[in-house]
Amino acid sequence: MKEILDRILPNYPPNKNDGLLPILQEIQKECGYLTDEILSEVGKYLNMPANKVYGVATFYDQFRFKPRGQFHIRLCKGTACYLHGSATYLNELEKQLRVKAGTTSRDGKFSLEVAHCLGACESAPVMRINDAWYPKVSPQELSRIIRSLKEKTV
Amino acid sequence: MQFNIEINNQQVSAKRGETIKNVLDRFGIHVPTLCYLEGFTPTGGCRMCVVEIEGITGLVPACSHQVTEWMKIKTHSPRVLKARKTLVELLLASHPDDCLYCESSGNCGLQNLAMEMNIKERKYHGKKENIQIDNACPSIVRDPAKCVLCGRCIRVCDETVGVSAIDVIGRGSGSRIGTSYNKGLNIQNCVKCGQCIMVCPTGALTEKSGYQAVIDALHNPALFPVVQFSPTVPAAIAEDFGLKPSKDLLNLLRAALKAIGFRQIFDVSMAADLTIMEEAVEFLDRLNNHGKLPMITSCCPSWVRYVEEIKPQLLPNLSTTRSPQQIMGRLIKNYITSSAGQKAEDVFVVSVMPCTAKKYEANGDRMKDGSTRYVDAVLTTRELARIIRLMGIEFSGIEPEPADTAFGMRSSAGNLFGVSGGHLEGLLRTIQYISTGPDTNSIKISELRGLKNKKEARFKFGKQFIRVAAVNGLNNAKILMEEVAAGREDYQIIEVMACPYGCINGGGQKLNPDEKNLKSRMKALYDVDDEEMIKVAHKNPIITDLYDKFLAKPGSTQNKELLHVSRNIPEAQ
Repeated sequence: MKEILDRILPNYPPNKNDGLLPILQEIQKECGYLTDEILSEVGKYLNMPANKVYGVATFYDQFRFKPRGQFHIRLCKGTACYLHGSATYLNELEKQLRVKAGTTSRDGKFSLEVAHCLGACESAPVMRINDAWYPKVSPQELSRIIRSLKEKTV
Repeated sequence: MQFNIEINNQQVSAKRGETIKNVLDRFGIHVPTLCYLEGFTPTGGCRMCVVEIEGITGLVPACSHQVTEWMKIKTHSPRVLKARKTLVELLLASHPDDCLYCESSGNCGLQNLAMEMNIKERKYHGKKENIQIDNACPSIVRDPAKCVLCGRCIRVCDETVGVSAIDVIGRGSGSRIGTSYNKGLNIQNCVKCGQCIMVCPTGALTEKSGYQAVIDALHNPALFPVVQFSPTVPAAIAEDFGLKPSKDLLNLLRAALKAIGFRQIFDVSMAADLTIMEEAVEFLDRLNNHGKLPMITSCCPSWVRYVEEIKPQLLPNLSTTRSPQQIMGRLIKNYITSSAGQKAEDVFVVSVMPCTAKKYEANGDRMKDGSTRYVDAVLTTRELARIIRLMGIEFSGIEPEPADTAFGMRSSAGNLFGVSGGHLEGLLRTIQYISTGPDTNSIKISELRGLKNKKEARFKFGKQFIRVAAVNGLNNAKILMEEVAAGREDYQIIEVMACPYGCINGGGQKLNPDEKNLKSRMKALYDVDDEEMIKVAHKNPIITDLYDKFLAKPGSTQNKELLHVSRNIPEAQ
């Protein structure tokens, strides 16, 4: 973790809080999630109280505080997807995969994230699993996806 | 630029740049507020002060919207009233509704609004979340369930105190006022000053109560309860009972404490005199032997905590002298009660302080010998008022009681500790006496008086000139310390108090003081200084007596152990 911070932080001016979001994004990209220690270190570098950093990090859904699962599922709950019934999809995913939104399942296989818009409203309802896109998911397709996910091994 | 605007069909004049609320206040029109804080940037967050303006579709918040020419404002139109009522009803939707058991009942902004809006039933049923109360901190209890997210505490913590120990965590309906990593307030950078309690409109932030421990001790026949009170308590407690500040207050308070059942009553001012003696010697030692300057006072526990946690590089500057509360507690346990035939472990020392951070201080490792604490419980001024009421004591009708114990004498210098600049004034009087010797009874340093955030003075003793500064409000201290760190060397002594204007406005005082209250509290302390015979610490007969009997001479190594603290100063990096 330390060498990641040492590599990322010097690219941004110290004591200036406008670098906060890109720093957190870049760290999350490398580490997969943010820890308390990371937030403290970033706060120290930017001369910001830890609380302010934590406040910003918890404001955005994109930041995670727990490691991702092997299959990271992002379900869109933006207006278009919501109207196409993504709320029921969320229930289904939570129930079938035994993972609550925003958390990771105990075996580390699945993590579920609710995105507020994935920027693909024309293909609503849309979800992503790791880097793959699943556009215009129908209920039948959802159960097929869930089945195949369950079969895959860690 | 002056122009006319119309408020509720009446023409009134307004200036460019004023907010609508400024104009309304001037003409005595009341709009309810929840998040508004005088002297702070308005956020318009609670929307309680919304008004209707002709030509603008939505309602606008009066606290942050500026007036423009020929604006037509309706402050209490049906639409506005309905909006306000709905706002309060929505706030109440997820409120725990435990007003009967709430600390803030009767003094609660939300309760008042609900009454004002004539809300008689629960209209909306929100989800009541089970959020844990954060009571790990020895000074402040946080109950997020009662929070209305007005954000006043955040602004005070950011702008006045400057530590940002709390902030909004999460967003939308999941927002909470919280601490970093959702950990307890005890392990945050919080300095326990309690200024957030002073501005919280509900019972979400309260002091950690010492009330029950004190009541239990009073009723325990095996214990010998004694009390020490801070000089800032009498004037503030008089406000609680609707009395005007007068010189009798001190004796009234003594009488009340006696009636409550305390066996001996001590004025912390006396210990403050001792602090002055030790600090004066310490300063002259630093000045003459090239010690670390500027010397920064260490009586404010919030300030000490700030230095220890956030600015440890300032530790060598911090005076090692113990705070008056610590000294008094220690003297009581070690000497005073033993002369009254009591054992230290039977004595229950209660201190009444204007401060929540003193609770934290009393809990610390420096406040005990082995397992014996110097101070067993700390009450704030608010809690004392509650106990006085509990005991059915008619504060205004009670017979005043003069200082009785041998330790009741104090100089008015120690008394001045309660106000920003006062500690320094008392200290300088004694510094002059110790270094030059003449009678300094009449010294009055007017530059160090008044309601200002930073006061400075030049002071001459003998052939030496020193520059001193008194700064209050931790954020102002922070700015000054940055200057010092950047190489500013002209100050020799800096006095810091974390609360604005000093302990008279401490986090344990009566809630919602206005400037008039603060002025009268300050005046009460300076009046004592004018009337008192002994105005300097070194002339207090008890102090000279103590030094003769118990203590070695000021500043000596024996006293180091008793009256000073040793700090772990990190090595320079």
